[in-house]
Amino acid sequence: MDSMKLAKPKKLLAIQRLAAGAIRGRLDENDRTPRSMQPVAESFIKPNDRLTSLERLEIYNRQYWFRLLDILYDDYPGIRAIIGDAAFHEMSKAYLDKYPSRSFTLRNLGSKLEKFLAEQPRWGGKRQAMVLDMVRFEWAQVIAFDGPADAVISPDVVAATDPRKLKLSLQPYLTLLDMAYPLDDFIMAVKRQSDALRSEASNAIETPSKRKKHKPVRLPRAKRTQLAVHRYENMIFYKRLEPAAFEILKNLQAGKPLAKACDLAMAKSPKSIAPAKLGRWFQVWSELGWLCARKAK
Amino acid sequence: MPANRFNGFSDLGIGIGLRVPHYQHILSKKPTCDWFEIISENYMVDAGRPLEILDAISEQYKVIQHGVSMYFGSADPLSREHLKRLKALVKRTKTPFLSDHLCWGSVDGTYTHDLLPLPYTFEAAKITAERIRQARDFLEVPICVENVSSYAEYHVSEMTEWEFLNEVVERADCGILLDVNNIYVSSMNHSFNPMDYVNAIDPERVGQMHIAGHSKYEKYILDTHDHAVIDPVWKLYERALQRCGPTNTLLEWDAHIPSFDEVHREALKARKFIKRITREKMNTETQRHREALV
Repeated sequence: MDSMKLAKPKKLLAIQRLAAGAIRGRLDENDRTPRSMQPVAESFIKPNDRLTSLERLEIYNRQYWFRLLDILYDDYPGIRAIIGDAAFHEMSKAYLDKYPSRSFTLRNLGSKLEKFLAEQPRWGGKRQAMVLDMVRFEWAQVIAFDGPADAVISPDVVAATDPRKLKLSLQPYLTLLDMAYPLDDFIMAVKRQSDALRSEASNAIETPSKRKKHKPVRLPRAKRTQLAVHRYENMIFYKRLEPAAFEILKNLQAGKPLAKACDLAMAKSPKSIAPAKLGRWFQVWSELGWLCARKAK
Repeated sequence: MPANRFNGFSDLGIGIGLRVPHYQHILSKKPTCDWFEIISENYMVDAGRPLEILDAISEQYKVIQHGVSMYFGSADPLSREHLKRLKALVKRTKTPFLSDHLCWGSVDGTYTHDLLPLPYTFEAAKITAERIRQARDFLEVPICVENVSSYAEYHVSEMTEWEFLNEVVERADCGILLDVNNIYVSSMNHSFNPMDYVNAIDPERVGQMHIAGHSKYEKYILDTHDHAVIDPVWKLYERALQRCGPTNTLLEWDAHIPSFDEVHREALKARKFIKRITREKMNTETQRHREALV
């Protein structure tokens, strides 16, 4: 391919398609643009007295990978801790190949990561179930950080409405997670070790980060864990839920009226739930601002 | 400061970029600062901490929006979702104008998240100007476009970068955010005289200026925004002020960010040049006035 001469594109769209493909092309094992890209680079980039067309392309090619890999590294410390840094690095490259960014904001860079990891279980290997739990958990934190909020329903409205008819919804920034592992404790241990700051969008070029090596955090043993990932006063929190409480919230989220949501959960629960306990749950959820009026479709 | 129709007739002074490591200092100490420039995309969210911080800061300070992903030069149409979110933010910050880059970065709906240089062709100028007009009509605020630093040039280019910038802003009838550091970086990477660039831009259209630091490598310079401003860039800034008059000025510092005070001190070095230019302009005016009287 080195000796090939490609036609020079003239139209803007053709140039941008060619350039974007070249910039998103994989780097080699030394983080360099492969020499096979030379004819492509020469077809649209001028060399100068110091750099060849390929070397000029390489500046953008490397920057693309360094920037996006850094974002995934910072935003998904949990998956990284489970599969290890080297596998995470390779997985991230495969992910960006399969699902290049289709959003103007880097916040959404990992939005297809759950889909990707489910499609390609080789990355999770024997820890696939834990990895899938973790990717949902880490995406739930993205949603909790800046997801939309609805108006909280007033306790007076709740008290004045027939519970057989009252339909509530949960805050859109809240995610209910039913996990096979206690990943809340695990991620907190991982984050305590990490000094990485969340990257901020800017127009500056970044140089590759130097990472500190950490002693790995011990992986958790299987233990069913039901969580609400939410925010309170704009801080992210994870709240563990008893199975019946989790069930009630799931039912409310699914659109069941309040009485039905509670009845179904209690019927499923092996232990009876005292009305006082049920009342306390609702009081806490209300104080946390989780309960909203269901919007008419 | 030249308040003009391209910067919403704003006379802001010297500002710095609002960055996460300084949030706490700004909110607790309320330091003096003429204005802050925000990266719009960091606040184009539905709710949560970013907007809480933004609201708290914009209660106390002037806030101007600067974008990094509008990609006026992409052949793709502008994203409706992007524009809607940006307009919601414009309403929130009441920014008198906004800026983004004269570049491209997405194609066929896929994003590179980089500020890629455009081929300097009449076709690209026409498409870019059309996008700027569409964005301004939708957002209902004046727009300034910023020259980017670049590391590559295209075979198909039909003009210099400054000719292209002038072509675009005239076609779009928009303003210029003149980044003198970017001019310097590109001039070193493409071997042109940066003063030719500064001398060629239309001074009437400049609504804001950027100053910043960069990193020098063996064969090229990278726009890293992680150092203080170097003397040759201050010289370009001074020349730009001579041509445009004292202008809204902002220091960018995005990596290895030092304390708020250090960043602000660096930005305030611009004052010396603004004072000198103002004095020179006043002397010239006085001289003209005297000559007219004689």
